Amino acid sequence: MNLNLRVWRQSNATDPGKLVDYPAPDISEHMSFLEMLDVVNERLIVKDEQPIAFDHDCREGICGMCSLMINGIAHGPEKGTTVCQLHMRHFKDGDTLVIEPWRARAFPVVRDLVVDRSSFDRIMQVGGFVSANTGNAPDGNAIPISKVEADLAMDAAACIGCGACVASCKNASAMLFVGAKVSQFLHLPQGHPERKSRASNMVAAMDHEGFGNCTNQYECEAVCPKEISVSVISELNREYTRATLTSGSD
Amino acid sequence: MQWLFKYCRSSIGSKVLMAVTGLMLFGFVVGHMLGNLQIFIGQEAVNNYAATLKEMGALLWLARIGLILAVLVHISAAIRLTRGNQKARPITYAHSGTVQATYASRTMMKSGLIVLAFVIYHLLHLTFGVILPEAHSATDSLGRPDVYSMTVLGFQNVLVSLSYIAAMLLLGFHLSHGVSSLFQSLGLNHPRYNPIIQKIGPSAALVIVLGNISMPIAVLLGLVSLPAGAAS
Ligand code: HEM
Ligand code: FES
Repeated sequence: MNLNLRVWRQSNATDPGKLVDYPAPDISEHMSFLEMLDVVNERLIVKDEQPIAFDHDCREGICGMCSLMINGIAHGPEKGTTVCQLHMRHFKDGDTLVIEPWRARAFPVVRDLVVDRSSFDRIMQVGGFVSANTGNAPDGNAIPISKVEADLAMDAAACIGCGACVASCKNASAMLFVGAKVSQFLHLPQGHPERKSRASNMVAAMDHEGFGNCTNQYECEAVCPKEISVSVISELNREYTRATLTSGSD
Repeated sequence: MQWLFKYCRSSIGSKVLMAVTGLMLFGFVVGHMLGNLQIFIGQEAVNNYAATLKEMGALLWLARIGLILAVLVHISAAIRLTRGNQKARPITYAHSGTVQATYASRTMMKSGLIVLAFVIYHLLHLTFGVILPEAHSATDSLGRPDVYSMTVLGFQNVLVSLSYIAAMLLLGFHLSHGVSSLFQSLGLNHPRYNPIIQKIGPSAALVIVLGNISMPIAVLLGLVSLPAGAAS
């Protein structure tokens, strides 16, 4: 198949950047989206042009590195799919594809389609963990957890931190990400001792990084490759309010 | 008290303020509509209702102050949140897409501001009597302010009626997203109730719009008219 790509090119963080057209002929429909970009890049290298920089690592939908906006939709048109797992057969011959980086103040562009997502790491550092004493690992099965709660924790823990929620949100809000990270611990007994400080510190860090505010439009849920439900945002609202009202009694 | 200020300035605290004040305003809109619908019962019912409200004195003022505060908080939080959202994405997408965000949800600030403009006009018209002063000072045979005739006279003006109907449609848009959205903001989300919560906004909006526009339409069609013998 033959495609027309319009790709965001920006040589460094201070370069204003622009969209550049690249014809992409003879693309196999069996390629993944990233393999298609690899082919385009090889052709650019042969022509002695700079290849298009984009983030990727596992290419199997689990690491959260790949991050492309395709025609205004984070990770492209397939529901519940990272862009590394998106195959070219979902596009039509002759399609024009506009490929842009995630856009958010808290995700500055490093180069071309690569953005700096360390704001997520800084949010994780203030509460996205449980403190554990050293020594022998306790027997995981010794703590009874209901199937329902374990499933809810696992659903939230499926988040790979790719940032598609922020990218797709009309307000560049990170509440689906932070909600998932708070929720995964909330449903496990191990998460309970630190639940108040976790919720208040992570929300404070999220606001400090300059993310926007959720307006309940649920674009994040629609594009999330792990299909995290916006119920985690509602949980985050509850947890943060509860932590505020009862802090000092952790 | 510092914790409270910190909460109100946070993203989530501001959202909860929006939801609580939005709910208060929605409560007012429902009560106001029910009171006004008495226009279909007749002059006596409406004027009596208005006089009873006025007689409540301190209680009426308490409600008014509560509403004014709710409006101020709702608007200032809306402005702060919207500004923050714009700053959160300084460079927008060249090609932007939408999967499931409704039109109403994307235009909350616009519909809110138009509703605000309407509320100001509406207060000048019917509460302060700036726009039709003669009708505003009229009294009925018992010496009560003749709210019924004032309303009917107002709506007999086609432009007044049309602007009122347009404003109600915008309020409908605002509520169709807002009334469902406030549940999520307040942390009320449950798979069993979510289908109802999603429908509650559009249904509430429909009831409010139909209830409120039924009055100007009835006046324009002559189904509700000035009492016999009234000066028109
Ligand atoms: C009768 C008047 C009004 C009623 C009944 C009303 C009701 C509501 C409700 C129920 C919400 C949902 C809150 C939530 O998402 O949790 C809301 C949101 C909103 N309102 Fe109003 N509102 C009114 C007037 C206004 C005015 C005058 C403005 C403009 C300044 C405004 C701007 C907004 C905005 C921007 C939102 C979205 C906020 C967000 O989702 O973060 N509203 N409103
Ligand atoms: S590259 Fe790892 S999730 Fe796509």
